[in-house]
Parts: sequence; structure tokens; C-alpha cells
Amino acid sequence: MKAASRIFAIVKKEVRQLRRDRLTFGMIVGLPVIQMLLFGYAINTDVRNLGTAVANEAGTHLSRQFIAELGQTQVVDIVAFVETGADLEELLRRGEASIGVHIPDDFDRRVSKRSRAAVQLLVDGTDPTILGIARQLVSMPLGLDTAPPAARSADLIVVRPYYNPERRTPVNIIPGLLGVILTMTMILFTAVALVRERERGNLELLINTPVSSGELMVGKVVPYIVIGMLQLALILGVGHLLFAVPVRGSPFDLLLAACTFVMANLALGLLISTAAKTQFQAMQMMVFILLPSILLSGFMFPFDGMPKFAQYLGEVLPNTHFIRLTRGIMLRDAALGELTADLYYLIGFTIAAMLLATLRFTKRLD
Amino acid sequence: MQTGYAIEARGLTKRFGDLKAVSDLDLDVPRGQIYGFLGPNGSGKSTTIRMLCGLLTPTEGTATVLDFAVPGDSKALKPKIGYMTQKFSLFADLTVFENLQFMAEIYSYPSVKRGARIEQVIEKYNLTAQRRQLAGTLSGGQKQRLALACAVLHHPELLLLDEPTSAVDPQSRRDFWSNLFRLAGDGTTILVSTHYMDEAERCHRLAILDHGVKVADGTPQELQKATGMHILEVIADDPYAAQNVIAALREVASVTQLGVRLRVLLPDHIVGPAALVDNALRSNGIEATVNRSQATLEDVFVAVTLPLRDES
Repeated sequence: MKAASRIFAIVKKEVRQLRRDRLTFGMIVGLPVIQMLLFGYAINTDVRNLGTAVANEAGTHLSRQFIAELGQTQVVDIVAFVETGADLEELLRRGEASIGVHIPDDFDRRVSKRSRAAVQLLVDGTDPTILGIARQLVSMPLGLDTAPPAARSADLIVVRPYYNPERRTPVNIIPGLLGVILTMTMILFTAVALVRERERGNLELLINTPVSSGELMVGKVVPYIVIGMLQLALILGVGHLLFAVPVRGSPFDLLLAACTFVMANLALGLLISTAAKTQFQAMQMMVFILLPSILLSGFMFPFDGMPKFAQYLGEVLPNTHFIRLTRGIMLRDAALGELTADLYYLIGFTIAAMLLATLRFTKRLD
Repeated sequence: MQTGYAIEARGLTKRFGDLKAVSDLDLDVPRGQIYGFLGPNGSGKSTTIRMLCGLLTPTEGTATVLDFAVPGDSKALKPKIGYMTQKFSLFADLTVFENLQFMAEIYSYPSVKRGARIEQVIEKYNLTAQRRQLAGTLSGGQKQRLALACAVLHHPELLLLDEPTSAVDPQSRRDFWSNLFRLAGDGTTILVSTHYMDEAERCHRLAILDHGVKVADGTPQELQKATGMHILEVIADDPYAAQNVIAALREVASVTQLGVRLRVLLPDHIVGPAALVDNALRSNGIEATVNRSQATLEDVFVAVTLPLRDES
């Protein structure tokens, strides 16, 4: 097979060049690790002084004691006292408080009877960190809780996450980060792939050989699929070691999802490479992909909370679909078979981008 | 089956916007010969070569290369041609051996013979000591040898060389040309562009390009015979003063100083050119000897590119 041998020739050349390009080589390892550390520690640092509003409808001695104990944890910073639970909701909605403490008027009775939770924590669930902290508050030992352990049929505090029906955990930033890191590095590799050859003058030689556009495109992508898989292993490994990020679903499903996602990004990078005249232009175009991939993909903000127009934009991006896949597989133990729509989108995207890149790339100089 | 010509072009024209880079070029390059493109920078040499290998689409005209129509059949043509770009275009971050290996693979050189062929060209093109060196760190002459080695690796029937010697020293140029003669002797057709007269003189045939127009073609001998000019060589004690006097003569087409000598071109309808120049010098009190001379290729080049320059 001549085509296969030519593709192999391109692959081998790319690997050899990559091995001598220390900066790029460093990026393969350095970028994911640095990002993991930055994002990972940012979310794991103990969060203190979360803006908290209190609606104390009971107004008893016991309820005031509870509020004082809550304040002593230093986790919360009581910024407002309001009348009702509805007032709390409004403060949360307006972002003026992250946690609302709702103490019903029968607080004392609930504490002594322990059949129902006595306090409700209304939490801004859009930030998984805050949600996690609220969860920790539930198990906080309280001096006022005098009931014997055996009688504690219900927790004294119950958490009600708002704006977040999925009840994401703090680790759900890592699956998203996986997508962002892969988007960044994969697009970067191939976006400059053809432009670099053009700038170095290699392209004129290359297009005068019998290698076809399609063979060149496939040859350019293959080495980076392997690198993408290495990055996946690196991110998951670091995530597991440092931040105890679980993979609840099947690792094989995750691998398959990541593989299609890596290919989608590589193909997108190639497409950029056929449009850019210089490496600098390729970088600029990459930023146009990268920023929405961070902001509109559901990585930073919950997808359902975004305006419709932003959602439509987000739906186009591979990262949006990948984040859905990884969150499903890694956190909710979903099987890939249950997430086929996103998988098919990534496969379709890859094929379309590869075709377009191949068609756009002419073996001509004019 | 095969015509006598490796390249036939008729009315080949390439415009870039308003610029006519190549206009109405007819070309017949016989097989197994070294055919030269002589012309200054910007005369359309590179553009023509790129059209012939299918990299550029002609605005007008047709070309047949090794019996393939270009650019239409250029896909089938690619395996049969070797191309050396003006700028070094091999991979600077691959070694000499890896570059050759890449080219062998990309041209689908039979894998059983691949290793032997690479060793053969490494030895033939004197790259043994550099085989593990990165191509980017080679000297100008070594880069050129590697580029030629890569271009001929797959035994192309036609070699297109775009100013291959513009960045190398005279010794490397001489070695390079002996390689070209050997290749031509083996039956390879070679189209080489240059702006060196001495290289043009080595070609079997050549075409002189000026501003995208072919102003002359033929063997170097034919071109030298058919300049349409009288050539005089003037030796004067004060060549600068003599040049001023001669240049002022209406009949003189061109004066060029070469050290103490002056090459003077006059159209061949002028009667008694030597006497004319001699008289002019004497009447201005300049001591000089004036002799008829044979046209060199440089004279030919000056002669054929003159009229166009005057117009512009």
C-alpha cells in the first residue's frame, strides 16, 4: 500500500521533529501538569468567609446559639440577616450571598425531636466548591446538639443546592479541565503543523512529492492522537494522585470518548492551519476557539444557565460535548452508550473538519 | 510513445494581479539534455518552473511535461520528476539520513532496495561524514548536495532545478555541475535556472528570459553567432574616460567595463564599427586599441535584453 507507506513516512517525520523540538515536547508534559496544579489547588484550597445570609424565623436562644457556632467555623461569613426563606433565595440569585441559612420557626422543636432536619442550607450550586463546603457543614459537630447519637435519625442540617440539579461535586472541574487542556494542546499542535512547513519552506518540496492532501492530513494527525492519549493518562494520573478524582465509569469508555475528542481537535487545528498564513495567525485563530471552549462549554458556567445564543455557540464546540461525556463517565458512572448523541457529534465533527481541511489544502502555490 | 521533447509549452502565461510574470512562453526541451533558463531575478524563471511541475496554474497557454498535461495530470507526473527549490526546503530538524529516508518513503521507493539506494546517494553526493548531522547545520554546499541527492533519489526522468547554485562557493558549483552532466549522461533531462553566465554556457541549450518574455533560445554557440551585433573589445589606459566617449555615440548599443577592457556592442547593420569607435576615441585624445571580438554569452545576454530595458 503506497498510501499507507507515505502516511507512515509523514508520521515518522513528525515524531522525529517533535523529539527535537524541546519546547513543544515540554509543553506536552508541562502544560497539563501546570494547569492541573493551578486549577486543582485553586479548588482545593480551604475556602473561608463565604458570604452567608441568615433568615432566622425562630428567633430563639437556641437558634442564635446555632448561628454563633456556624460563624465560629470561619467557613461562613454572615453578611446579612433577612426575614424569610424567599429573601434568601433572592440574595442567592443576585449573587450577594453564596449560602443561605434558613432557620424555620419550629427550630427548637425540630432540634429536640430530630425527626426532620432543623436547618436548611440554600446553596449556590453553580460553584461546585461552595456546594462541597456546604456538604461539609452538614457533618459539623454542634455543641447545641445534645441528642444521643442513637437518636439522631436525621441530620440537623440539610443542604438544598440551587441552580444545580445534577449536584456536581468539586471534582467535576477536572473532567472539564481535561477537555480544556486537550483543546489547547491538540489544536496548537496541528494549527501550526502546515503553516510551520510553509514558513520553513518545506511545503513547496512536500507538495511536489506524490503525497496526497489526504495522506498528508492523516499523517499529520496520527502522532498527536498518541500524544493526546499520553496527556489523558497524565491528567487522570495527576488528578487521581493529588485530587483524588475518580473515574467511576468504564476507563475504556473514557478512552474512546477522549480519542474521538482528540481527533476532533486535531482536525480543527488542521483546518486552522489551512487558513492561516503564518504561525502567528494560527495562534490568533486558536484563541478564538480556546476562549469559547473555556467559557461556553459548561466548564466554567453551567451550560443550562447560559443564554440560548451562547448555548448554540457552545453546542458547536467539541469541548462542550466532551465535557458532557467525561462528567457522565467519570462522575455519574454513565456508560458511553447512554451518551451517544455527544459521541456521534464528535465523530461527525472530526470527519467534517478533516474533509474540509483536505479540500482546502491544495497542492498548489496559487 | 514518447515524443522527442521532455517539455513542450505553448503560449504559457502567468499573471499575478496586474503583473505579468511570464508571458506567452514557448518552450521545447529535448530529452536527456541540460536546458538552461538564464535571466535576472524576477525574470519569470521560478514561475515557469513552478508552472511546469504543477505548483502554479497557468493563466493562459498549455504545457506538456513528460507527455503529461500540466497542471491537469500533475498528480501522475509527480513521481517522475525531481524538484530542487530555490530556497533550501528539506527538514532542518532531521538528519541527512532521515531526510533521505523520508524522501525515499514518500516516493514509495521499493523498501527492499531503499537502504542500498540511500547509501548509494550518500556516497555519490559526498555526504558520508554528515549522515547523522541535522540538515539545518550543514554548510551551503552540503545543503545543496543533500537537496540534489533528495531530488534524484527516486530516479526521476526530469529534474527541475531552480537556481540551485545561488548560495554556494565556486568549487561546490563545479562539483554540482559535474553531477548534472553525469545525470544527463544517464538520460535524465535537466531544466536548470541560473543567473550565472558560466553556468549558462555549460547547458546544451538555453533560453534567456527577461521580464517574463523569452528573448532568445538555442545552443550557446547559436546564440553567440546570432547576436545581431558587432562586438568590439577596447583596451584603454583610461577606460572610464573611454567608456564615456563610446557611450555618447549614437550607434553604440551598449558599453560594459571589464577591468581595463571595454566590451562594446553595435548593431550589425553599422558599417565599419571598429573604425567608428577608433576615430571617436582619437578625436577625444584617448589612447586605445580597438579589436573585433567573438560574442560571449554575456554579450548575447546584454544584446537580447537591451531593447526591453530601453522601453521600460
